[in-house]
Formats: sequence, C-alpha cells, structure tokens
Amino acid sequence: MLYLKAEKLDAFLARAAETRKLYVPVDSEPGRSSYREWTPGTAVSRGLHTTRSAKDFFFPQTENLAGFRVEDKKIRVIDPRAETEDFAVFGVRACDARSFGILDKVFLADPVDTYYENRRRHGLILSMSCRRPAETCFCKNFGIDAAEPEGDVRFTDDGDGWYLEALTEAGKAFLDPLADLCEDRDPAGAEAAKEKTREIVDRLPLNDLPVGKFGGGKTKELFDRPEWAELSEACIGCGTCTFVCPTCQCYDIRDFDTGREIRRFRCWDSCMYSDFTKMAGGNPRLTQKERFRQRFMHKLVYFPENNGGEFGCVGCGRCLASCPIHMHIVKVMKRLGEDENEQ
Amino acid sequence: MRNKLVERAKELLADGTVTRVIGWKRGEFSYDVTPAVFETAEELEKDFVYDGFCGANVSKYLIRESAKEGKILAFLKPCDAFSFNQLLAEHRIRRENVYAVGIPCEGMADIGKIRSAGIDGVTGIREEGEEFVLSTLYGEERIAKKDALAERCLVCKSKRHPVYDELIGEEGEDLPDDARFEAVDKLEKMTAEERFQFWRGELSRCIRCNACRNVCPACTCENCVFDNPDSGLSQKAAADPFEESMYHIIRAFHVAGRCTDCGECSRVCPENIPLHLLNRKFIKDIDELYGAYRAGENAENKNPLVSFREEDAEPSVVHERGRA
Repeated sequence: MLYLKAEKLDAFLARAAETRKLYVPVDSEPGRSSYREWTPGTAVSRGLHTTRSAKDFFFPQTENLAGFRVEDKKIRVIDPRAETEDFAVFGVRACDARSFGILDKVFLADPVDTYYENRRRHGLILSMSCRRPAETCFCKNFGIDAAEPEGDVRFTDDGDGWYLEALTEAGKAFLDPLADLCEDRDPAGAEAAKEKTREIVDRLPLNDLPVGKFGGGKTKELFDRPEWAELSEACIGCGTCTFVCPTCQCYDIRDFDTGREIRRFRCWDSCMYSDFTKMAGGNPRLTQKERFRQRFMHKLVYFPENNGGEFGCVGCGRCLASCPIHMHIVKVMKRLGEDENEQ
Repeated sequence: MRNKLVERAKELLADGTVTRVIGWKRGEFSYDVTPAVFETAEELEKDFVYDGFCGANVSKYLIRESAKEGKILAFLKPCDAFSFNQLLAEHRIRRENVYAVGIPCEGMADIGKIRSAGIDGVTGIREEGEEFVLSTLYGEERIAKKDALAERCLVCKSKRHPVYDELIGEEGEDLPDDARFEAVDKLEKMTAEERFQFWRGELSRCIRCNACRNVCPACTCENCVFDNPDSGLSQKAAADPFEESMYHIIRAFHVAGRCTDCGECSRVCPENIPLHLLNRKFIKDIDELYGAYRAGENAENKNPLVSFREEDAEPSVVHERGRA
C-alpha cells in the first residue's frame, strides 16, 4: 500500500499542483483554519475542521447565474458559465466528504444544476481520516466512519504520514503519477491507524443520539411538538449554523441592477432569516419558532423522506462550535427524542 | 453563587414578585450554555447555571420578554446592566415588567481561546482557584483563568451595575479605561493604508451571517435596512469585500453613541473578527470630542450624538482629523 511520509507532503502537493489548482486547509490563527490555494511554502493545517465547510467549492456563497443587457432595444442574455478548471481539495474529513453526496441529491437530481455539476465534475476530493475528533463530533450517528472517509483518494493518517488509497478512477489517475514520492508499506499499518481512530470515536460523548426518533414519515409526530417553542426561544435568528453547515443548501435568486446590466445571482439563503420563503402572497414562517423548526425538520425528516432515508446532517459539529447561543441539532435531537414517560 | 441566584429566584417566583426568570441554561459540555427563561423552581434547580461561561448578554431578550404579561426576573452582569439601561433609554424595554437583579461577574471565559491554546476535545470544565480544570477526550488539562478570559473581560470597563432593583454580592467599581483603548491607539497610529489593509484582512473573512447584528443590544430596528427588500440595500450576500466592509461600517455608525462596548459582536463572530474595535474607536472619539460619555450609564438619553451643546465639536473636525 502506498505510504506518504509527512516530510514528503510538500513535494507531493507541489507535484499535484502542477496539473490542477490545489486547495488545502491553512491555519489563520491557532485552532482556526480555512481553505486556501496551495502555493510553495504553504503550511497545511493539522487541525480537525475548517471554520467554513468544504461545500463552498461546489456551492459557493454567491455566483452569477445570468446577465441581461439591453442593446439596440433588444435584450441580450449573457451566460456566465464557463468550463471549470480541474481542482483538488485536500484534507476533507469524512463528514464533509459525505456532505457532497447529500448536496448531489439536491443539485444533480433532475433537472441537473449545471453550475454545480460543472464544479463537481472537475473537483477531486482528497479525503483524510480523523486522528483527533472533537467533543462536538457526532458523525457516527449517521453511519459515517471517521476512519474511512469517502472521496477520490483516501489519506489514512497514522501521525507520521498517510496511507494512500485511490477510491475512484479519477483518484487512481491522480495518484498513479505521484506514486514515486511514496513508499510501499504493509496495509496492516493503515488498519491499525483506522482502529485507533475508531477507538476514539467510540468514546465520543454524542454517539447515542436518538436517531431512530427521526426520519421520513415523522412529520406529523414532530411538527407540532410543544418543545419547539422552548428550543427556539433563545435563537437570535442569525445565519451562522446554516452558513458553516456542509449540507445546508437553500439558496435565493435575486437580480442586481449594476446600472448597465442586470445580474441575476444566487446566494446562500438561511431558514433562520426573517425573509426566508417570503413570497408575493406572504410568508408561511412568521416567527423564529417556525424558521428554527424548518432547519431541523428539513435535515431530520423532510430530507430523509425524499432521499431514501438519508439524513441531511453529517455530524461535523460546526454548528455546535459556532452557534452564538449554543442551541443546535444535538440539543434538538436530545430534547425531542426524550421518551415522554421520562419527562 | 449559582445556588444563591437559584434560591433568590425561587423566592421571587414563590412570593409572586415575578412569573419568569431569564438566565443561563446548562449545556452538553459546561461551556455551551444557552440563555433561557425559567418558569418553575424545578426548572431552575435542574438547569440554571451561572459560572465562568455565561458570557451571553441577556438584556436584548428583555425587549421581547418585557412585552409579555407578568414580571420577569433578569439576572444582569455589569455588562448586561449597561445594555439594559441603554435599552431603557431607547424605550425598548418596559421597565415595570422587569425585576433586575445585579449579579457579580469575575470575567467570562472564551472557549475559542481555550481551543486556540491547543486544548481540544473539552467535555467538562471545573473551576479550581485561579485555574480551569478541563476534562478532555485526551486527558485532563489546566489553563489559568486569565488565559481563558475573553478579550472584553481582560479589559473590563466596570464591575458596577448602573441599574438594578436588587443586588446580589458586593457592588463593584468602574475600572480604568487605558487598556481598553490600547488596540484602538494602535490602529490610530497606523497609516491609512495600513489600517485599510488591516480591516480588509479582518472583514474579508466575514460570512455575512448577521450574528453580530442580531446579538447586538443596540441593534433593535424592527426591520433592518439590510433585511428590507424595499430599502434597495437589502443584502443576503455581498457582491465584493468592499460591500462586506460597508455593512460593518454602517452598523458601527448606527450604534455609535449607543454601544456600551459589551463585546457581544466579537463573541459571536464565527470568524473571530475583532468587530468591537470599530465600536471602541467611536467610543474613544466621542470621549475625545464631546467629553467622557458612557452609553448605558443612565436611562436618560443624553447621547452626545443626538444632543447639541455650543461647545460641541464642529463638523469640520472630520476633515481636520482626516488630514492628520
């Protein structure tokens, strides 16, 4: 099995960056990282998570969809789409790696979102096993194995370097020309590293969420639960949880008048915002309780209902770490999942 | 202290002085407390918490809570009390529906600082003298309280409550302001270009989640100009980093003279942008141009930016200072 020593990482990334743009997590300050384009000398973060998720690569916060310009009394439609260049994202954890599959179910379902599809087709995922999960991690509840992330190439971290494994054809095509930078090692080492990860994951404090109380078909049971009022009480209605979330995929489309042309753009929307789902006829979600409920019902009930049981949460824990008032999906699941006779 | 607060709250609920209590609710890991309204003695016993992680300012919730029927008991730290008073000055809170209890604050810890000190996997925290003892997934860790304190608490403006109906513990005093304005001094000493680069670097990380605005006790417009599609300024996303900066600058201008420097904006920022520095610059300018002033000091609105005195600075001061 291919093994890349930590000291060879720079050479590996340098070679990889010759054929495509390469994005790596970089520490912006201790304990906080974000994705940056790799250039020689870039220090790759060894932290667990980037503050923002990796969804930004495929579903950016804003993008222009079309332009309209009046020329000689005719409206010209400008299509801003261009073929995306190949790129690779390094260091994607198992939770984020799973999130792409969830986004695919939304954007690649008929009718295919060509803007998203374009980027997805050109983006290579170099995923990374976790060695130091955080207390906020709860991916195991959703059947995600932090030791074996999905992706095109899997990096299994043993602390001194990485066992490499191509999981797709594209991954193989990427990895083959880089094999000379690696050495050959017994795959037993990779298995041992994975076991170590799983041992830690097994003692995480949020492993036993009442997942079974949620899922498709639970709308009637959960929608009118009185607990929503108490759970949403302190929510300040900001968009933090939705914007750091790897699976939140709601967007808004608006027109912007530049003075010379109209730009039709889409941008992330947040169910936490007061104008979410505001329509000509009004807004079906008038208070924060309804908006708050929407976020969790979407992830835990509506999404699985429409997508073969798959939950719309990957347990990355970013919302737990970022929510200004620490009210998040774990507290919601625990509260709503309590047995009535236990209360 | 926590037990003292719970006991007093139970008494006030029992004798009918109040019908509800606003405070902080226990979370999963000690540090993740949530502001909450408690209605019964049992709820208080079970979940009420007051410790070094109750940084959330509860005063803004009182806009909504005081509009409801019945009186609510609000536990106010000195910072919260300044915000509360400022909201009273702006007629945002119905005073008669709030029973304000001033509580002491030794400074609040910032889990972000603990994480950036390299301590991860924190599942529980207890206080031991001048230290926090942290149980983590990877063993026990210790950190000096002062190293875990939020920036706003390291430069605490006051341990005094400018308003209360009742006080628990001893009343504190105002603290010297020098340290609080050190970072502003530093920014002022930069060249315009350096300062521009500094802010551009910081604000470029903004994800426009609006947490700073929504948590801010001075941001109480019922429909913010940035949310109102009819304003022409409505922004769900910024076209470029310049626009992002404008959002923050406009917000800082709008709260100028009303901001009590509670520091909630910086606490909630998921990108750790030092937003409080914008506000502090305005506070320092107001002090210098109009004489020492502290928003939230009293409930009579004498904000120098909305009142006129002959000795006030002339508008031309902007031009003069800009040239310096």
